[in-house]
Amino acid sequence: MQIAKSWRQQPSNLRLEGTRCTRCDRLEFPAVIRCSACGCTEFEICQLSGKGEVVVATTVFEAARDFGEHVPYSAAIVKLAEGIHLAAMITDVEPRDVYVGMKVEMVTRRIAAQGDKGPILYAYKFAPLLMP
Amino acid sequence: MKPNWAVGIVGYGGYIPRYRIDASEVNRVWKDSNMLAGRSFKAVPGPDEDTATIAIQAARNAMQMAQIPPGELRAIWFGTESKPYAVKPTSTIVADAIGALPHANAADWEFACKPGTEAMHAAIAMVGSGMAPYAMCGGADTAQARPGDILEYNTGAGGASFILGAAGESLAILEASTSYVTNTPDFFRREGQPYPSHGQRFTGKPAYFHHIHAAVSELMNETGTSADDFKYAVFHQPNYQFPVKVAASLGFPKEKVVPFILTSQIGNTYSGAALLGLAKALDQAEAGDRILLASYGSGAGSDAFSFTVTDRIEKIRRRGIPIDVYLKRTRLIDYAMYARYRGKLRLN
Repeated sequence: MQIAKSWRQQPSNLRLEGTRCTRCDRLEFPAVIRCSACGCTEFEICQLSGKGEVVVATTVFEAARDFGEHVPYSAAIVKLAEGIHLAAMITDVEPRDVYVGMKVEMVTRRIAAQGDKGPILYAYKFAPLLMP
Repeated sequence: MKPNWAVGIVGYGGYIPRYRIDASEVNRVWKDSNMLAGRSFKAVPGPDEDTATIAIQAARNAMQMAQIPPGELRAIWFGTESKPYAVKPTSTIVADAIGALPHANAADWEFACKPGTEAMHAAIAMVGSGMAPYAMCGGADTAQARPGDILEYNTGAGGASFILGAAGESLAILEASTSYVTNTPDFFRREGQPYPSHGQRFTGKPAYFHHIHAAVSELMNETGTSADDFKYAVFHQPNYQFPVKVAASLGFPKEKVVPFILTSQIGNTYSGAALLGLAKALDQAEAGDRILLASYGSGAGSDAFSFTVTDRIEKIRRRGIPIDVYLKRTRLIDYAMYARYRGKLRLN
């Protein structure tokens, strides 16, 4: 884990901050420096609601480095209320109980920690919606 | 003690991980028996949870209830004895997650199980002196316990967060508070040690009971109140017996105390324990109710607070998440999964 990179990504990872283009109104997450639709470089910061639903999910048994302590875990594409799609782990539910259409909400969790000595990466996961 | 300007609670929130282990399962492993008097469970953090994630969720829930701009929080102070980093504040992670940075104070507090109420005193002073419109305080822990130690039967995980603000917008107003502190080494954890040490029965009479009794008695003297004047009383809860016994010594009947002792459901959540109890009491309080909060931290000390609930509570708390939601959200695990989740299996 690169400290500088994870530091730059903290607004996205901890608060689901994206950008909205001031010219064409396109909403993007994570935040961008140039609008992918119109090329504009002026934005307003937009905090996403964190509420959404599972579009597709799978169970990971062989994880990439740094994620081994979480296996088996559910990895999914979540569609947020704002229409943004993002990839995330699903937590607080058994992987076999995750289903397409499941209502979920963003929670902040420990993603990777590089053993006992490295920096801890905190970022978003999604959990079943606690109170509809 | 009371501030120059009246201060109260404008929002609160709690969080409890969903995993539970039965104390009889711990007993099965260490005593070769699953026979225990009374059934009790403790909350266990999942493999992706720690004190920071618990504090973040409690803080988010408090913000959801308070509905205040995060930029108006001038302090984000969390207390814990299970910091994810030995050096690097947990509170800055919490503050970043709720969008309260950068113009704020953020620091971690430590006083065994009562740093959250130390922070509450400071938050009250900050708001009550006019330095800040709002200040957040809280306590969260993933309580450590040596495998097989008596602590392992009920050391849980959880936390709660409170936002202090002007009395005029509060759901409960502070009447007065006291603090009683001595140099008593009843429980401690040395630098670099993973598990705490405790003085067995020494943690009782000269520690927990003496300090809480002194802090609450002083509070009652200052406010001219007795146990009869309080609708509910919330005490630090390392187990079921201690708060019931100290409550009785102060004149409180069981029915004013027992509903807010969560140890049989989630264990002793250390810095989160008394604050989760207060959140549970506020979940069911009505306008005009007077609530006593008395924390205890080894080392040792007790903070006592008297709050009076306002008629805004119904409107404000419906925006939050009741503690009962987390108490009912459970998944039972065995000792093997508990050992994995708590990092008691060292692979390298």
